[in-house]
Amino acid sequence: MASISFTINEKPARVDAEADTPLLWVVREQLKLTGTKFGCGSGLCGACTVHVDGQPVRSCQTSVSQVEGRKVTTIEGLSPDGQHPLQKAWVTEQVPQCGYCQSGQIMQAAALLATNKQPTREQIVEHMDGNICRCGTYPRIVRAIERAAGGRS
Amino acid sequence: MNVMDKSMRNESGLTRRQMLAGSAGLTFAFAFAPAMDALAQGAAGKLNAYVTIAADGAITILMPAPEMGQGVNTALPLIIAEELDADWSKVKVDQAPVNPAYNHPVFRAQYQVASLTTRGYWMPLRTAGAQARRVLLDGAAAKWNVPVTELTTEPSTIVHAASNRKMGYGEAASLAQVTDKLPEIKPEQLKPPAQFRLLGKDVPRHDLPDKSSGKLTYASDVQVPGMLYGTIVRAPARGSGPSSFNQDEIRKQPGVVEAVAFDHAIGIVAQSVPQLFAARQKVKATWKDAKASKMDSARDLKEYLAAVRDTAKKGVVVRKTGEAEQALAGAAKVISAEFTSPYVYHAQMEPLSCTASVTADGVEVWAGTQWPTKSVEEAAKAAGVTPDKVKFHTLQMGGGYGRRAFVEYVTDAVLLSKAVGKPVKMVQSREDDIRVGRFRPMTAQKVDVGLDADGKVVAWRHRLAAEPVAPYVYSPARLEADKGVDLIVIYGADVPFYDVPAHLTEHLYEDRGARVAAYRGIGAGYTNLANEAMIDEIALATGKDPFEFRLALLKDPRAKAVISRVAEMADWKRKRTDGRALGMAFSKLGLPPVGFSMIGTVAEIFADKASGKIKVHNMWSVADVGLPLQPNNVAAQIEGALIYGLSGALKEAISIKDGAVEQSNFHDYEVLRQSDIPQIQVEVVRSGDIPLPVGELAIGCTAPAVANAFLALTGKKLRDMPFSPDTVKAALKT
Repeated sequence: MASISFTINEKPARVDAEADTPLLWVVREQLKLTGTKFGCGSGLCGACTVHVDGQPVRSCQTSVSQVEGRKVTTIEGLSPDGQHPLQKAWVTEQVPQCGYCQSGQIMQAAALLATNKQPTREQIVEHMDGNICRCGTYPRIVRAIERAAGGRS
Repeated sequence: MNVMDKSMRNESGLTRRQMLAGSAGLTFAFAFAPAMDALAQGAAGKLNAYVTIAADGAITILMPAPEMGQGVNTALPLIIAEELDADWSKVKVDQAPVNPAYNHPVFRAQYQVASLTTRGYWMPLRTAGAQARRVLLDGAAAKWNVPVTELTTEPSTIVHAASNRKMGYGEAASLAQVTDKLPEIKPEQLKPPAQFRLLGKDVPRHDLPDKSSGKLTYASDVQVPGMLYGTIVRAPARGSGPSSFNQDEIRKQPGVVEAVAFDHAIGIVAQSVPQLFAARQKVKATWKDAKASKMDSARDLKEYLAAVRDTAKKGVVVRKTGEAEQALAGAAKVISAEFTSPYVYHAQMEPLSCTASVTADGVEVWAGTQWPTKSVEEAAKAAGVTPDKVKFHTLQMGGGYGRRAFVEYVTDAVLLSKAVGKPVKMVQSREDDIRVGRFRPMTAQKVDVGLDADGKVVAWRHRLAAEPVAPYVYSPARLEADKGVDLIVIYGADVPFYDVPAHLTEHLYEDRGARVAAYRGIGAGYTNLANEAMIDEIALATGKDPFEFRLALLKDPRAKAVISRVAEMADWKRKRTDGRALGMAFSKLGLPPVGFSMIGTVAEIFADKASGKIKVHNMWSVADVGLPLQPNNVAAQIEGALIYGLSGALKEAISIKDGAVEQSNFHDYEVLRQSDIPQIQVEVVRSGDIPLPVGELAIGCTAPAVANAFLALTGKKLRDMPFSPDTVKAALKT
């Protein structure tokens, strides 16, 4: 058991966990930030996507020791009030159905817009290809990202 | 639609009506929820089982059904709000408890299948909204001492125009006299659809802000003080259980609290999920023999095909119009084709999960389920208490698609909590979710179509071999009561909207013990490939354009309208270049007593002949769903079902070898991803005043639209799902 410190959603966190514990379970069950979802446990679906120092990572494939001293952002920390341009676009385009994958989709998309303010459709599709949505909200996800990027009014 | 209108009006008269679902033999009863009046008593401002209005005008509407993503938790309260004439901005939606007062009128349970949620609750909820409004009006009329007939309403406000007085619903609710017998509302007293101001207007779904901020609590997110984590290890084969396992070793794993053998499975409880999953991977068990212990899906499929070919072997006759076999024997020409489809997995994004806390007083359960009523019964059984000792929390599901019409995970969570005497969150790894998944049954089909000398269709015989589902989902008695007609399996193996004078559908049972389930679209996911691919084969054989041929053969004007409009949208007449081609399919959803929704779909595909990869570039769909309550949400459901269906058409397959599922996660059970998605255009058609089934409608038209486009492109026939590169290359060699 190790004591590991990192920043979560701009607040300091210190957890006791085995060094190889997936960040996913620390975030969900110890820090009670359940917006980050468990989908496959193998980095294949993207439901658990969070940011580490601004980069999108699969928290099921990231051990908690890897984030020692780093900045972790989850869906709860993307904006203080759920009003990130992507979150607003998600509601405007009525994207979610069951909603389970959407935290991961939004975190993945947010990382794209952080570095590429006007992505092309092809860039969006390529960037989002690792995130599965079984309800089939894919077309609306693209529309919402385009909207948030200012491509749609 | 007139016939349906009439019968639906009758059903609101508080009498039970039985309606037979034609040849399917199913009894549907649209009964008005009988216990509603009883729930009228209670808290201040509670006007009936569904509506409570506080003194400040805040309105709480209870949502009777579960929500799995299709948007009924907005659509159903909206029906009530419409008739109540509520100001929607003052409405808060809460989940109704599990109680017969909230039963679905067809299923007589809180149970969500067959895309019938909105269709079933339509009249009861309109009536409930109108009743609540009438109680408010009566209170205001008494207070003002005016005839109630002089009162009208504006959103959340009662108006007496003659005296220019107004009263908010909050004040009216505090005056309301709620008695045992709620006012009777006749169907003609309901709001005419032309006056709707909420329904049909695309009110935003109220759950989407929380689904865009991570705030919504699913069953797998539940946190209870002192909670442990548990999982269940089932035998590979249905009906088996552990004969032994390395219990001592598992108990010694880090963090493990308990490891125990139940009759049906091995249960493990640990202090954290990583510890739980690590211990689960170390389980070594021997399993009791069961019917399916040696199952081999590749071998079985060959046997299924042999069965559908052997016409001496008779199946359960599901549908019979005229004398198809005689007509086939006398036909000038017979066109025959065989189709196969594999087991497919629901792949809901939230692996099965449920939290349970068994105490001396009873059991508390948090679950996302399509069948709350059954969940309560099963939780009570597992805890050894009566159902009134079950405190049940119906949560939203992280995907359902039929999977959560089984509630075995509720039983599992309760058993685990009972075993350790503490609250337990049951979680299942993706690997276990697939390994013991309950699949859409594997099928083989053979269709023979007889043509006369003029090329007119005179006979149609559809034989299908598959594991029955009803005995497993319900009970063997249920299948018997339905005269052996397993609608989940056989749904769609008929062509009622085409002009076919003699039709025969047979189901050849392959009772081999596979774990099977209802699956989004049920039988239509494979039966409609057979139907619609045959239509194109007949068109080809008779030298007709597939769209013109459908238009001529379809009898129903609504059916003609959807395919005509979708042909227009797709610019059907324009010959595609660049190696692309179009394919069309028609599909329907419903049953005679329910009414049918209809869809026409065109797919534009490209096939890479070297790799065998099919790329679907465009899909156009026109969906006639009667009265679309939330048109944009209907379009979302059509888009989603097109993608779900296309995923099954192109990619998905479960194989079983030596009794065990061979796939384990999304690397070997691939589903469509963002880069696979075509441009999709959907038009939603209103054709009546009743909301018809939506959620599963588009599933049945995806595989045939692709197969028909492939036929147009290559002259070759795709008959085996999924249309993977191997299948495509094999078809190209024929």
